[in-house]
Amino acid sequence: MELDAKILKEILEIIAPFVPAGQQVSEGTDMVADLGLDSLKVMKIVENVEDSFDISIPLNILPEVRTVGDFVMQIQKITGEG
Amino acid sequence: MTMTIFDKFQQLAAARQQLEQHASDFFNVVVEEIISGTEAIVNGRRMILAGSNNYLGLSFNADCIEAACQAAREEGTGTTGSRMANGTFSGHVALEKELAEYFNRRGTIVFSTGYIANLAMLSTLVGPGEVILLDADCHASIYDGCRLGGAEVIRFRHNDAADLEKRLGRLEQRNTNVLVVAEGLYSMLGDRAPLADIVAVKQKYGAYLMVDEAHSLGVLGENGRGLAEEAGVEEGVDFVVGTFSKSLGAIGGFCVSNHPELNLVRYASRPYVFTASSSPSIIASTRKALQILSTQSQLRQRLWDNANLLYSTLQELGLALGPEVSPIIAARFEDMQEVFAFWSGLLQRGVYVNLVLPPATPDGRCLLRCSVSAGHTPEQMETICRAFKEAIG
Repeated sequence: MELDAKILKEILEIIAPFVPAGQQVSEGTDMVADLGLDSLKVMKIVENVEDSFDISIPLNILPEVRTVGDFVMQIQKITGEG
Repeated sequence: MTMTIFDKFQQLAAARQQLEQHASDFFNVVVEEIISGTEAIVNGRRMILAGSNNYLGLSFNADCIEAACQAAREEGTGTTGSRMANGTFSGHVALEKELAEYFNRRGTIVFSTGYIANLAMLSTLVGPGEVILLDADCHASIYDGCRLGGAEVIRFRHNDAADLEKRLGRLEQRNTNVLVVAEGLYSMLGDRAPLADIVAVKQKYGAYLMVDEAHSLGVLGENGRGLAEEAGVEEGVDFVVGTFSKSLGAIGGFCVSNHPELNLVRYASRPYVFTASSSPSIIASTRKALQILSTQSQLRQRLWDNANLLYSTLQELGLALGPEVSPIIAARFEDMQEVFAFWSGLLQRGVYVNLVLPPATPDGRCLLRCSVSAGHTPEQMETICRAFKEAIG
């Protein structure tokens, strides 16, 4: 599945406030190793993404998410399921 | 360099070292001698315990102790077996019957701990293809039970019935079973769930509801049955889980329900089948404590008098408290050094409270989590309040 550029852009905007100043973020950025996001910040991002896309994100998918691109891919799957 | 299985703990080791620099006592709290349900010798100092969950002070009740001693003498120190094998004694069956009667429910399962009760019920009731909607601030045992069962797990915002409804609405087309999970009193800030609203929403969408009354059993409701009783919505709660390790002063867990199928959960639940059952002494003291809890409402009154006193005292001191009065009274701090200094100051004045640090706290802030007991005497309450006044400076 190709990454949806529009979803990626929206996710990057949601993540931006949680990113250390000056840090560049792209689809290949590791959300924990590169951005140092702890579990509380990850859950806050998840809530913001849920509101923005009007979806519920199951906790079960989080172990599959390492990079921003992985996260986008999971959102695409959920929104695709309708 | 060769990797070892311990490398992943290096981050923890560094965090621990940093914490030790601020509060050397933090990792060295040992109760050397327990004097009563509310007092102990900790690190050589006599302390009032103001952080335990001994809400009714029953851990040192003479009748409970006598019941435990007698059971140990007559039935031995342990069952040495699972409930499914040789570990169901007549006491386990009697306690299940007494809990069902107390809660006015059709059935009960008794588990070896409260943690196991949640692990067992959540991992068994709901499985692959089904959905659990849990309050974001639920206890770790609820999260772990969800993970073990393989259901889809979705959080709703803490105490937000509107957010829960939105999520139930999103699931409507899926036509699957949904179990909603909330707690009576949340263990960190002592706030209640908006249970009447949650029940209304779950009924509208045909979901099931489980409420963990671990901290509210013996604390809320006219008969002490918890938040569901206090809110007048017991009929709308499908499953109540709880623990013996707080108001009942022992250790163990339970689930009560009117669904006759509850009894089948036993046979399917790995945390029930593959662990040893509670010792006879624990069952005996719990049975006695349940009798006391259900008949001596004056204990609940004392508990609430103490809760109101400490909450109003800390509020007057300007501390940032949880949103409502309950026997769990938590002061929030932004700064780790400040909370360590405060906690140490209380220790020096002979008062032990729980110091809780992120990520175990709801919003990433540090907490001084106090809890009061019906067993705290007026003099002890005065000492606790004075210690706070002095520690704040």
